Amino acid sequence: MFGKLTWDAIPLDQPIPLGASALVALVMIGVLAWVFLKGYVPYLWREWITSVDHKRIGVMYCILALIMLLRGFIDALMMRSQQALAFHGPGYLPPEHYDQIFSAHGTIMIFFVAMPFVIGLMNFVIPLQLGVRDVAFPTMNSVSFWLTASGSFLVTISLVIGEFARTGWLAYPPLSELTYSPGVGVDYYLWALEISGVGTLMAGINMATTILKMRAPGLTYTRMPVFCWTSLASNLLIVAAFPILTAVLAMLLLDRYCDFHFFTNDAGGNPMMFVNLIWAWGHPEVYILILPAFGVFSEVIATFSGKPLFGYRSMIAATMAICILSFTVWLHHFFTMGAGGDVNAVFGILSMIIAIPTGVKIFNWLFTLYGGRVRYTASMCWSVGFMVTFVIGGMTGVLLAVPPADFVLHNSLFLVAHFHNVIIGGVLFGAFAGYQYWFPKAFGFTLDERLGKAAFWCWFVGFWVTFVPLYMLGLMGMTRRMQHYDRPEWYPWTLISMAGALLILCGIILQVAQLLVSIRTRDRRREPTGDPWDGRTLEWATPSPPPVFNFAVYPDVSGAEPYWGMKQKVRESLKWGDEPKYTAIEIPRNTPTGFVAGFFAAATGFALIWHIWWLVIVGLVGAYATFVVFAWRDVSEVEIPADEVARIDRANRAARGAALERQPA
Amino acid sequence: MSAADVSHAIGDSAPLGRGPEGHSHLDGDSQSTSAAGPAPRRIIVGYGFWIFLLSDIIMFSGFFATYAVLNGATNGGPGPAQLFDTTNVAIETACLLASSFACGMASLAVAERNRMWTQLSLLVTGLLGAAFLGLELKEFSGLVERGAGPTHSAFLSSFFTLVGCHGAHITAGLLWLGTMMAQFYAKGFRENIQHRFLCFSLFWHALDIIWIAIFSLVYLNGTRV
Repeated sequence: MFGKLTWDAIPLDQPIPLGASALVALVMIGVLAWVFLKGYVPYLWREWITSVDHKRIGVMYCILALIMLLRGFIDALMMRSQQALAFHGPGYLPPEHYDQIFSAHGTIMIFFVAMPFVIGLMNFVIPLQLGVRDVAFPTMNSVSFWLTASGSFLVTISLVIGEFARTGWLAYPPLSELTYSPGVGVDYYLWALEISGVGTLMAGINMATTILKMRAPGLTYTRMPVFCWTSLASNLLIVAAFPILTAVLAMLLLDRYCDFHFFTNDAGGNPMMFVNLIWAWGHPEVYILILPAFGVFSEVIATFSGKPLFGYRSMIAATMAICILSFTVWLHHFFTMGAGGDVNAVFGILSMIIAIPTGVKIFNWLFTLYGGRVRYTASMCWSVGFMVTFVIGGMTGVLLAVPPADFVLHNSLFLVAHFHNVIIGGVLFGAFAGYQYWFPKAFGFTLDERLGKAAFWCWFVGFWVTFVPLYMLGLMGMTRRMQHYDRPEWYPWTLISMAGALLILCGIILQVAQLLVSIRTRDRRREPTGDPWDGRTLEWATPSPPPVFNFAVYPDVSGAEPYWGMKQKVRESLKWGDEPKYTAIEIPRNTPTGFVAGFFAAATGFALIWHIWWLVIVGLVGAYATFVVFAWRDVSEVEIPADEVARIDRANRAARGAALERQPA
Repeated sequence: MSAADVSHAIGDSAPLGRGPEGHSHLDGDSQSTSAAGPAPRRIIVGYGFWIFLLSDIIMFSGFFATYAVLNGATNGGPGPAQLFDTTNVAIETACLLASSFACGMASLAVAERNRMWTQLSLLVTGLLGAAFLGLELKEFSGLVERGAGPTHSAFLSSFFTLVGCHGAHITAGLLWLGTMMAQFYAKGFRENIQHRFLCFSLFWHALDIIWIAIFSLVYLNGTRV
C-alpha cells in the first residue's frame, strides 16, 4: 500500500534529526494553524496562491528563497561547528548525518535559495522595466513557481520522513547509484530537482519570450535597462542548460529505478559521462545566477550615483560574451579526469578568458561611481561590498583555472572558499541589494536603512572571517566535506571560520529585525510617489505597490532610462504631461491551476521516492486533469473598467506631480 | 540635481517622448516589433513555444551525446549492426512523415474553418502516430525477447532511452491530439484554441526533426556496412 514507506522512515532513534524534524513539523503546523485561526485562508487563496500577477509571484519566489536560506544556513552552521569540534574527536554529527547536511546545504542554497531569489526578482521587475502589464504566459508563471515550491517541499520533508542524499550537491555516480546509495536520499534529491528544474525551465521560456516579444512602444534593444539584458542572457542560459540537467538526472533515475547502465561501474556504464553532462549544465548555471545579480548592481549603482550607467553598450556586449563563453568551460570542474594536457590547456584558457568581460563590467561600475553623487544607501553598500569581494573571488577562480594549480587545489577547501566567494559575494549580495532596492516598489514602504547597513557589515566581515580560513586550510591540504581530522595546524583556522559563521548569523538576525521593524513602522515609511530613490527606469513610474495592470497606458519610450527622461522634462518645463485617455484594461484571471499542478507534482514525486505506485498514477492523472480543466475554461480575462484605471492613475500622477514640483531642476 | 550635466539618453539622440498618451508607434505597420510595443498574442504564443522546442531539442542532444559515447559499450553483447531492422524503421519513418503531412492538412483545414476536414485530418494524424508507436513498441519488445533489453549494456540503455524518449514525446503528443480534437469539437475555432493548435503542430513537426536525427545517427549509422 505505501511502498517502501514504513514507520522506520521517521528518525525516532536519532536525536538531532528527530529534533530537526519536530521543529520543522511544529513550524509548519504552527504557521498553518495561525493562518486558519486568523481567517487568512480566503485572502491568501484569492490574492496570492491563485494569483497569476507577476509581481505577486515574484514576491512569493523571494519569500520561498528567504525561508530556504534560513534552512540552508542552519546546515552551514552545523557544518562549521562540526569541523570546529571534530579535532581529534567525532564531533557531534555522525558521518552519515554530516554527509546529508553538506549535500542538503549545497542543494538548497543553489536550487531553492539562489534560483528562486533571482527568478523572483526577475519576475517582479522585468515587466515593470519593460513597461508592460504582465509576463508572456501568466498562468505558466504560476505553475513554474508552484513546481519550484514542490521541489523545496520534497527537500524539506526529507528531514522528517526518510533521509536526504549523502552524495554531495551534484550526486556523482557511482556513489549515487543504487549499489552504494540504496536509501531514498538520492531519490529525494533527484525528484526534487527534476520537478523544480521543469519549473525553472518554464520560467526561463516565459521570461525570454517576455523580454524578446513584449516591450513598451519604442523600447528597443539598445534602450532596455541592463537588468533586462542580463536577465535575458540568464534566461537564454536557462533554456539552453536546464534541459541537460533534466536529461542527466533522468538517466541517473533510470539507472536507479530500472537497472539501466548509464553510469554504473559494470555493463559498460561511464560515470564520467554524468560528470561531463552535469557540468555542461552546472557551469552555465553559475552564470544564470550571477548575471541577474550583475543587472541589479548596474541598476543600483547608476541610481545611487545619479548618473547613467557608464559603458552601457560594452555592458551588453560583456553580458552576451559571458552568456556564450559559459558553455565552453565546463571541463575545468574536473581537470583531474585525465583528458590530457592539451584539452586541459584549452579549457583553462577559455576559463581565464571569462574574466575579461567580467573585468569590463567591474570597470564600468567603477566609472559609473566616478564623478557621481554617490548616496551610500544599504543597497549601495551591498553593491560596493560585492565589487571588493567578487574581484578577489574572481582572481582565486582564475588561479583555479590554471590546470597545474587545480591539480593541487582540486577538491580542497580552497575551492569551497572560491565558489562561496563568488556566490555569496556575487549572487547573494546582489539578491540582497535588489531586495533592499525594490522592496518599497513591492510594498509601498522602505526597509530600515540603519539595520540594513548593520546587516551588511555583519555579512561582509563575517564572510571574510569565515572564508579566508577556508582558503588557508585548502592551501594546507584540507579536503572538503571532512567529518573529522587530527591535524593540529588546521584547528585554529576552523575555529576562526566558526566565529565568522556566527557573525553572518548576526547579519541574518539583523535582516529579520530589519523586516519586522520596517513592517511595524510602515506608516512612517510610506512612499507616496512610488519613486523613493530618484530612479531612472520605468518601474519607478508606477505607484508603489503597482496596480495589477502596472501601467494605465503603455509608456512611449524614446531613449534609454525613460523615466529619468520623463522627469527631466517635467523639471525643465515645470509641467506634468497631459492626462492620457483611459480605456478599460483586460488582465488575466486568477486560477488555481499552478497550485493544483504543484500539489500533484509533489504527490507524484513523493510517491515515486517511496515506490507508492498507485499514488504515482493518481498524481499523473490529476496533473493531466488539471491541464484539461484549465484548457476548457471559457473566460480567461477580467476587465478593469476605465474609471477604475483613471482613479488609480490620477492618484499616482497627483502624488508624483506634487513631489516633482517640490524639487525643481 | 542638475539636469544639464546628465544625459538621459545613451547611444540614442532621439528627443523626449511625446507624452504618455502617445501611441503613434502602434499605428504604423512598417515599424519593427521592438519599436511597436508588445507583439500580438499569436506571435507571443508561437515564439514561446519555439523556445520550448529548442530547449526540448537540447534535452535530446544530451541523450544523443550519451548514445554517441556509449555506442561501443555493448558489454560483450550485440551491437547496432546485429539488432536493427531497417525495414521496420523505414515503415516507422513513413508513418511519422505521413502523420506530419496529415497534421499540415489539419492546419489548412483550421485556416479554412472546416470542422469536418479538421477532425478527419487530426484523426489520420493520430492513427499514423499510433501506428508509429505500435511499430516502435514491437521493435522494443522484440529486442527484449532476444535478450537485448535496456538493462543488458550501457549501449542498450542509451539506445532505449534516446528512442524511447522520442516515443514518450509521441505518446504525450497523442494525448494532446485527443484533447485538441475534443476542444475543437466542444469549443470550435476559438482564437486561443487555434493558438494551441499552432503549438501542437509545431510540436508534431519538431518530433519529425528529432526522428530524422535518430533515423540517421542511430539506425543508418548503426547498420552501415
